[in-house]
Amino acid sequence: MTPAIQAQSPSAYSVHGPHSPQARRIDSLGDAMYLTSAILFVLVVAALLWATLRRRGGEERTDERRDRSMRTTVIVATAATTIILFVFLVLDLSVGRAITRNPGPEALQVRVTGHQWWWEVQYRDSLPQNWATTANEIHVPVGRPVVFELRSTDVIHSLWPPNLNGKRDLIPGNENSIWFQADSAGVYRGQCAEFCGHQHAKMGFLVIAEPQDSFRTWLAAQRDTAMTPTDSIALRGQEVFLSSSCVMCHTIAGTPAGSRIGPDLTHLASRRTIAAGTLPNTRGNLAGWIVNPQAIKPGVRMPSTRLDSDDLQALLTYLETLK
Amino acid sequence: MIASPPSRFTRLLQAGAIVVLMLPACEREERRFNPPPSATPGAARRVTQLQPGPPVQTIGVPSPSSKGGPYEENAYGVSQGKTLYNQFNCAGCHSQGGGGMGPPLMDDNWLYGSVPENIFETIVQGRPNGMPAFGNKIVSDQVWQIVAYVRSMSGLLRKDVAPGRSDDMYVRSQEQATQKAVPVTDPQP
Repeated sequence: MTPAIQAQSPSAYSVHGPHSPQARRIDSLGDAMYLTSAILFVLVVAALLWATLRRRGGEERTDERRDRSMRTTVIVATAATTIILFVFLVLDLSVGRAITRNPGPEALQVRVTGHQWWWEVQYRDSLPQNWATTANEIHVPVGRPVVFELRSTDVIHSLWPPNLNGKRDLIPGNENSIWFQADSAGVYRGQCAEFCGHQHAKMGFLVIAEPQDSFRTWLAAQRDTAMTPTDSIALRGQEVFLSSSCVMCHTIAGTPAGSRIGPDLTHLASRRTIAAGTLPNTRGNLAGWIVNPQAIKPGVRMPSTRLDSDDLQALLTYLETLK
Repeated sequence: MIASPPSRFTRLLQAGAIVVLMLPACEREERRFNPPPSATPGAARRVTQLQPGPPVQTIGVPSPSSKGGPYEENAYGVSQGKTLYNQFNCAGCHSQGGGGMGPPLMDDNWLYGSVPENIFETIVQGRPNGMPAFGNKIVSDQVWQIVAYVRSMSGLLRKDVAPGRSDDMYVRSQEQATQKAVPVTDPQP
């Protein structure tokens, strides 16, 4: 359990706290199945207990009468089982149809790319300069369908925000999609649901559902390039970033750093977590992550970077300006 | 018919055979998540002005000597090196070993030496006529992984360590299947 999860309510990571029409359909189907199974279980156990504990003797029935009554019981039980299963087949198909129907043209398109072990999230636009790229944090407007185009660069991952919809795999060389529509504003946690290597367990993400207005403000801010720092320490930090191994993998729009191997850091300070939902985004956590990521997520692709403490502090100050 | 239980000797022999079979795999797949600070020969010496990103000035430190690369016998390290070779765009000049703008890496001709330390220095310091200096830009552990992969391209690594498959389209025979190209002892730079 990481602190990043504890910051939200416990229902923000549960299939039993649905916050979208899709999740609600899945949840009520699950409830119906659970309830039916529970009732049947009680009935079966009761019948079994009655059969084993009942007092024998007394009124003796003829063989013919017993045979007839047994036949009736078996026929009724078989028919009931078939009917129940058939009802669930129909319910299952109708839920499947409802959650995969075409969301319509007004839906927002978000491209999510799975990497070992983080999520790249891209909001595209007809104009490429309006594209916004972030990582491990999916902002969605409340009340508007959001379609996710799912891709992967390495192995199969699976996107699963339990409060909002079921799972959908991200397959290398193939495009998959899933959509949902958040009902209420909130921060929901999601997780990779397909084993994808060492740090599969620490490949989480947040879905942040917010009202249309604040979503639009957020998206506009994400489209901006990073501002050149004004104070001398942050400026020194930028120099450290550009002259050390950071620059080989990360992008900060507005600087020469443009590699797309690791997460885009243009607006790093605006995110709530680092390392794919593993740690809250604080200065101390960021320092520990830069200096020794292998201690936090063993096997992670990011190498440990040895920096002077002055350089590290300057770098952290710079990263904190990337709002 | 019931077979008689194997004798103690037979059972010992079987267990021994399994242990012997497992031995070759000991080093091969080892993942080193927390590598010890490895030696970085000549990290600060630069013999070219070219490098990725904006120019950087570093103060020179004496180069400690090292004994062979740490990933020469580690298949996982070599495959990581292969990934990094492509991600850091070595392929942009050297292609998949056949060379292009840069010299080929899959032949027997080594302008600046074929031992791991030579290749490490070539990557870190850069070389005249186009090879950028990657010193400070790639951490030494990853440089060693790339070094091991570069050596596998001309068959200088053991066959069971060299990569046997590619993530992308196959443009050359696998490193594992590459015949060893014995380095020319006195190359003309």
